[in-house]
Amino acid sequence: MINQLSGSETEELKTVSKKIRKEVLMMIHNAQSGHPGGSLSAVDILTVLFTKCMKHYPECDKNIDYKNRDRFVLSKGHASAALYAIMAHCGYFKEEELLTFRKLGSKLQGHPCSNALKGIEISTGSLGQGLSIACGMALGLRLDNINSKVYVYIGDGETQEGSIWEAVMNAAHNKLNNIIAFVDRNKLQIDGSTETVKSIGDLCAKFKAFGWNTLETDGHNYNQIYNAIEKAKKSDKPTVIIADTVKGKGVSFMENNPSWHGKAPNDEQLKQALEELK
Amino acid sequence: MVRECKSVRSAYGKTLVELGRINSNIVVLDADLSCSTQTQMFAKEFPERFFDMGIAEQDMMTTAAGLACTGKIPFVSTFAMFATGRAWEQIRNTICYSNLNVKIAATHGGITVGEDGASHQALEDISLMRSIPNMTVIVPADEKETIEAVKYAACSYGPFYIRIARTNLPDVYDTSYKFNISKALIMKEGTDITLISNGETLVETLDCAKMLSEKGISAEVISVPVVKPIDKETIINSAKKTNRVVTIENHSIIGGLGSSVCEVLSENYPVKVTRLGINDEFGQSGKAKELMEYYGITSEKLTEKIIGLIK
Repeated sequence: MINQLSGSETEELKTVSKKIRKEVLMMIHNAQSGHPGGSLSAVDILTVLFTKCMKHYPECDKNIDYKNRDRFVLSKGHASAALYAIMAHCGYFKEEELLTFRKLGSKLQGHPCSNALKGIEISTGSLGQGLSIACGMALGLRLDNINSKVYVYIGDGETQEGSIWEAVMNAAHNKLNNIIAFVDRNKLQIDGSTETVKSIGDLCAKFKAFGWNTLETDGHNYNQIYNAIEKAKKSDKPTVIIADTVKGKGVSFMENNPSWHGKAPNDEQLKQALEELK
Repeated sequence: MVRECKSVRSAYGKTLVELGRINSNIVVLDADLSCSTQTQMFAKEFPERFFDMGIAEQDMMTTAAGLACTGKIPFVSTFAMFATGRAWEQIRNTICYSNLNVKIAATHGGITVGEDGASHQALEDISLMRSIPNMTVIVPADEKETIEAVKYAACSYGPFYIRIARTNLPDVYDTSYKFNISKALIMKEGTDITLISNGETLVETLDCAKMLSEKGISAEVISVPVVKPIDKETIINSAKKTNRVVTIENHSIIGGLGSSVCEVLSENYPVKVTRLGINDEFGQSGKAKELMEYYGITSEKLTEKIIGLIK
């Protein structure tokens, strides 16, 4: 069965993701620090997930169904700007607060901090830990007979961390079909191409060999993303969605350029980027 | 003197089972060492709440973090070396930074690991754990203290590190003993020198104090099971009385109990402190008792050293 978004839904997603991209750039520009490349590659998936697929409650524990929410873990915590922007869009906090990103005393820490911002399930930032966290959450939910999903967002360079593969074994061994992992396959990391730095190779084959259900998608095509997530929800195994993405997506001079991994745009560059996203 | 020694690890295993019966949120994780850590007892009674994570300590620690996020109270066990060394950053960045309700109860800390040698002898675990914000660090000295510390941790929110002794230990406390998170215990009063210890070296320290008293030296013995948060008051008051402090621990003299006591005294009441334990070196293979003797933390060796210090 193909899960299809309506034309108006697709239009809305286009508008929202454009807004998120602009906010990401303004936040990073305002802080003069942050990670535009890997945030922009994640925007479309996060937008579809948070607005179409995930059961979540921006009012947090004020909702009586809160314990039955789906969980989200941003394993690649450096894409925090994108997460904060989509959370603000959904109503977790006021959008004005986005410009406090990375400033002293802000709820919006450089990498997500659960004790600073309500709605962040757990602090992340140090790579390689999110998938194990997801396994723990998935085991806990299963013990309580809660049928929620645990979504975890991993960077492709991050799969160089050995602990990711410990967790991949863990999820398969425990048959955690309530885990849906995304790998943001933007093919770049700080020092250059993932294949030049330390080749990741055929991720799909690797996950499959470990006993996972694998799906591949264009990480910027709303229908494909939506489809993959809805398919993954029905899997009897843990699912990884390997999303083909473009680092810096949406801003011509940032696209496919590793130097924009962790660099803030200056005034001129921000102006040009916002112009392109009009 | 022959004393009945009890398996502290078995006491840990039995306590977990007891806790598991009362509270269905208690879950236990181990990394292929459940026979050594004695979490196997819990595994037998509550197989659905026991997770053998295989030889993957990093994954184990962060999985425990995830379980804690869903309201579970995970007890995580393996050898101290792998719990605090291999998975230190998972403990720091995921468990403690998020202030999660994870209890790390590690066995095989210190030189008393014995025959396995230096690769398995964690001499730095207390140091590694106490430097992380939100972490509470406990080093029990006997069966009773182990049981009470584990129960206390289960009922108190936040991350805990409990070092469960590998060796069998005699009772050092009497039946009236009550674990108190904010109190060190004066085990014996004295006026000439203060001896501060915990864990496996506490019994040696008490024996040492007896030997010293036979030589006319009046030693005060303080047990500090809770290394963090440390009871400053009891330590300062004793230092004021004796003006001379010696710390004794089954751990490197860098960063553990000795360092903690130095921090308290240098800021509040500076007196001379001598740290006895494992010097800045690795251990080696041997029987636990032989190693304690070799590294100078048996009662006889301690007595020799302390007499030398006083002279």
